[in-house]
Amino acid sequence: MSDELTPSQTVGPYLHIGLDWLNTRDLAPSSVPGERVTIHGRLLDAEGQPVPDGMIELWQANSHGKYAHPADTRDLPLHEEFLGFGRQPTDQRGEFVFTTIKPGAVPTLEGQLQAPHILVNIFARGLLRQLVTRLYFPGDDHGSDPVMRLIPQARQKTLIAVAQPDDPSRFQWNIVIGGGANETVFFDL
Amino acid sequence: MSELLPYRKAVPGSQPDYLHPPYASTVKRSPSQPLILLPQSLSELTGPVFGHERVQAQDSDLTRQHAGEPIGERIIVTGRVLDENGRPVPHTLIEIWQANAAGRYQHKNDQHDAPLDPNFTGAGRTMTDARGNYRFLTIRPGAYPWGNHPNAWRPAHIHFSLFGNAFATRLVTQMYFPGDPLLDFDPIYHSIPDEKARQRLIANFKLDLTEPQFALGLQFDIVLRGQSATPMER
Repeated sequence: MSDELTPSQTVGPYLHIGLDWLNTRDLAPSSVPGERVTIHGRLLDAEGQPVPDGMIELWQANSHGKYAHPADTRDLPLHEEFLGFGRQPTDQRGEFVFTTIKPGAVPTLEGQLQAPHILVNIFARGLLRQLVTRLYFPGDDHGSDPVMRLIPQARQKTLIAVAQPDDPSRFQWNIVIGGGANETVFFDL
Repeated sequence: MSELLPYRKAVPGSQPDYLHPPYASTVKRSPSQPLILLPQSLSELTGPVFGHERVQAQDSDLTRQHAGEPIGERIIVTGRVLDENGRPVPHTLIEIWQANAAGRYQHKNDQHDAPLDPNFTGAGRTMTDARGNYRFLTIRPGAYPWGNHPNAWRPAHIHFSLFGNAFATRLVTQMYFPGDPLLDFDPIYHSIPDEKARQRLIANFKLDLTEPQFALGLQFDIVLRGQSATPMER
């Protein structure tokens, strides 16, 4: 080691000034193949109050489970118009919406298959560094997912979006920072 | 995929904890349950790749985004983005935002009674070059009051957002100014337990980066997480 890590600091309340230009609500233009999904969510604090000055970022593979990144050297199709990145600020009600395609499954470095998932970074005033979590989809095999298996059974559901009965392509997924029992699982990455 | 190496963990004390009660907003916005150690997979070892076409040359000059020049002391903020292994991080996006010279943000929620500057938005972005270098021209932001505790003032700072090469290297931080007396009283700055780590957020004044009759030069190098030398670290 020759250089020492730069520490993190909060985005503060005025993040929109510098970050809104890259807001990306729709990750996949219509030309991108895959199962289209809409993710609705709310960012809530330890008392269940909305966090109206937060920002959510997504990172995901395409429908073949391929990441648009040079480190993913597997021979799988890339879709030129699919970057895999999303960014949305939360609104006054703490809400955010993304539309994207459901990612394909991606293996671990040891070759175990993970259930389809989206990586999520959460930023807000009061967060001195980002919170890291994952969004999974209902109906997939979470029991053999190597990350899910690290999470106590009772808390696994906090990472699984809920399909809406009237429209199975619409999912609800709230993020709860603190508060104990309903708190979303966050990761030490 | 055996050549994919995990990113190292931060040295204890070099990063803030989520809960830091002197910064009051952390109390209701920090996890109460232990974090789950996430094994790094391709998902974490990759991240968004933004092309140079996303940014324009004027995006890195915050003094030329309006009809006139902003009020304030012109500064050049420049440096390198490296990883912990000393390797430059080329072609990576940097986003910055800041208050104006009077300590006022161009934001609807900032009600501080200090003037807005019609010639200053306070947002910039650039890509590092092939050697990891970046450069912004801006004005020195003012200190501003906030409601954290009685007579609370944030030291002058510029917010920085970086991606690096992977989801695991994402960093949002703040750059501070050398000799700022407000640093001693700032709970956000002091959320980083290790003093030497904190000081890495203070830019260095450099006379050789200063342009005569034009602008003061500040150097702010940024170090992102580096990959470990061995595949398994967990």
